[in-house]
Amino acid sequence: MPSSTAAARGTRPGPEAMASLTRHWAEAPSLRTWFGTVDHKRIGRRYLVTAAVFFGFAGASAVAMRTQLAGPEAGILSPREYNQLFTMHGTAMIFLFSTPMLFGFGNFLVPLMIGARDMAFPRLNAFGYWVFLFAGLFMWASVPAGAAPNGGWFAYVPLTDERNTPGLHLDVYTLGLLFLGISTTSGAVNFIVTALKLRAPGMSLNRVPVFVWAIVATSFMVLVALPVLNLDNALLFLDRRFDTRFFEPERGGNVLLWQHLFWIFGHPDVYIIVMPALGIVSAVLPVFCRRGIVGYPLIVFSIVAIAIISFGVWVHHMFATGLPQLSYGFFSAASTVITIPSGLQIFAWLATMLVGRIVVSVPFLFVVGFLVTFVVGGVTGVMFALTAFDQQTTDTYFVVAHFHYVLFGGAVFPILAGVYYWLPKMTGRMFSVRLGRWAFWLVFVGMNLTFFPMHVSGLLGMPRRVYTYPGGLGWDPWNLLATIGAYVVAAGLLLVAVGVVHALRRGAPAPDDPWGGDSLEWTTSSPPKPYNFPVIPRVHSLHPNWDPRTVESTGPGATEDRILAEGRTTLCTSELDGRYERPVEMPEETRKPLLAAVGLLMVFLGLLLAWYWVAAAGAALVIGTLAAWLWPPRRTPQEAGVAG
Amino acid sequence: MTPADLRTALRPAGLVTEQPVGRSTAWWGVMLFIATEGTVFAALLGSYFYLRFQHGVPWPPDGIAQPDLRLPLVMTAVLVPSSLPVAWAEAGIRRGRRWQVRAGLLATLVMGGTFLGLQGMEYHENLREYTVTTNVYGSLFYVITTFHGAHVTVGLFMVCWLLAAAGRGGVSARRPEPVRVVAYYWHFVDAVWVAILFTVYLSPRL
Repeated sequence: MPSSTAAARGTRPGPEAMASLTRHWAEAPSLRTWFGTVDHKRIGRRYLVTAAVFFGFAGASAVAMRTQLAGPEAGILSPREYNQLFTMHGTAMIFLFSTPMLFGFGNFLVPLMIGARDMAFPRLNAFGYWVFLFAGLFMWASVPAGAAPNGGWFAYVPLTDERNTPGLHLDVYTLGLLFLGISTTSGAVNFIVTALKLRAPGMSLNRVPVFVWAIVATSFMVLVALPVLNLDNALLFLDRRFDTRFFEPERGGNVLLWQHLFWIFGHPDVYIIVMPALGIVSAVLPVFCRRGIVGYPLIVFSIVAIAIISFGVWVHHMFATGLPQLSYGFFSAASTVITIPSGLQIFAWLATMLVGRIVVSVPFLFVVGFLVTFVVGGVTGVMFALTAFDQQTTDTYFVVAHFHYVLFGGAVFPILAGVYYWLPKMTGRMFSVRLGRWAFWLVFVGMNLTFFPMHVSGLLGMPRRVYTYPGGLGWDPWNLLATIGAYVVAAGLLLVAVGVVHALRRGAPAPDDPWGGDSLEWTTSSPPKPYNFPVIPRVHSLHPNWDPRTVESTGPGATEDRILAEGRTTLCTSELDGRYERPVEMPEETRKPLLAAVGLLMVFLGLLLAWYWVAAAGAALVIGTLAAWLWPPRRTPQEAGVAG
Repeated sequence: MTPADLRTALRPAGLVTEQPVGRSTAWWGVMLFIATEGTVFAALLGSYFYLRFQHGVPWPPDGIAQPDLRLPLVMTAVLVPSSLPVAWAEAGIRRGRRWQVRAGLLATLVMGGTFLGLQGMEYHENLREYTVTTNVYGSLFYVITTFHGAHVTVGLFMVCWLLAAAGRGGVSARRPEPVRVVAYYWHFVDAVWVAILFTVYLSPRL
């Protein structure tokens, strides 16, 4: 397998061209560029670090809850505190950790994997990060203030209306998620346009890495699913603050509207979280099986199929609400059908392992951990598709066990695999394998020790979201086991963090391609230069780095139209076939995205605290900044084309 | 004109006003933005029908009269044709006629502003009968129409921005994207109004 270093591949563009590229792309290390950077690699790393910090907060909430539940009748947390902690745990894990973490990988990797020099809209990308950061702080700041959301992560009305939950709690929830939605939506638009227009020439759709397919399909789901959640939250905010009547039955409203809108978003969201993670698996697993992935077209098909079918299963979250039996039948069938494309992917991975030659590295261990736990979560998922079983176990710990196997198994394991796999590329440093293996076994054992007993306590009737329970119901040993497991997981995750810091401080310098990977990010230096590729490659296959023709395309024969050293430029290609279209100018660093995000923060703080003049000032700031941001650059008459 | 200018002008890229290539990133960006915004409206209007049919007859409830159609039809007659001058402005920028861009955008500005004025008149009338807190019907009526009105306002901001940018020479035949983006957004706001006309004003009579 060819995994040559960049130096062995022949000469790079001439020294003048390299100097010009550096001049146009490099950012001076100053505070100004720190706030103004539009480099997708820096922004991607920031997404990853920020999401990891929010993961730490949410994980600490979980450890606090497990400590409270270790034995019956414990008094460590009050019911009020417990309600806020479990709500913030769920909300943060879903909205502030999983999706931003995977978008962080996407930000760093999508341009590198498709051979581009940045995202399609670099300033929008920076804006998306700042909004995510501010929205996360907005929500987490409510915890020390004692005003954190407390209605569960799906915040059902009428529990969450003004009469039943007064105070700011749910306003933090609705406004925080609306605020965050702006970031997620702008990120999704950016991913789709980047993947459609900025691919290296020759990368037709059938040569796009699975991870990029997964990010694009996820982004389409975000664009269709997230508006529904945003609407739901806007209506709840209006009901609570301005006394509209959408969810108030006495005035003609309907409480089930909340659940329908929430789950029309909520079930696709499960796949919004899991799908990019599956994309990571499809990127990591074949490299350590030393061969291309089996069934690439089938995997892409199943990604697209899941993205569509996932919009037709939402009522399986509402089997206990008394809807018509006929609708149960339809949604039960759809929920069963969606297991087929999910199963296709599992079998494609198994087949890749079967016909490949496995290298048991740290990232691969986490992939195997994913396969085992995700399948367990999938099996209990099929059980819930059966209405009769669902009605018996809904709102018990069996549900908690199920979705933690799906989300911890389906998202956290692949994310950790991705952290170890791409750490050398992102930081230019190798990690300690010993620390990595210890971290894996602690996380894997701890995870199963935490969540497997919950199946049992759930079947024994323990309801979810209780802050304590009486002894002698047969739940005590299972809860104690789960609590011990939670501490083991926490230790394992801490080891991951230690491993990353250790790599940064003491790690050996990473080669450009430590794993013999197949995709284009391994053709760049570790860490990549600000312009990513000195020569934009011409892609000839699905595995460009294993394909001599693609590798040669960046060598001595590289043509000027792919070096593009004059200016800050990348290539536009056609959407389907990746035909060469034209070079496009990329914007330089600017602090306007940060300013616009600050304006939005003012808007949402003003709305939350009912300081409407602050909100108005924030809106004016946003509009003014956007107008200046989009203002067309001054051009000479020649550039402008025509007189007049 | 120097010989160098002549050579530049005679190169293939100098002869075409618009390069014969696929959609631009700006086109994809605005289309995806419109798609996600359209989903918000679809969910909002879907919620209208869900609440209406879960509520049952009579609709509108609590003795509120059927919506009066005269003013909304006038508003439709003002807003829907306002897409034409935008389209005309877009055609103008492709030929490099800045005056046409400006005239078209000004006409749109006047029509959009008139629409908002008429909506204010309608609110003035309706608020005597019911408000946003009266019942779910009032909430739906005011939230749907205000949300759309906010979109018209944003569209008018964009038109004003474009007028200012066009005045400073910021748009041209070679860079028609800003005009196009605003045009697509404006067409979208118009099309949504037709859906609102049907849902809020016509469907209660069905």
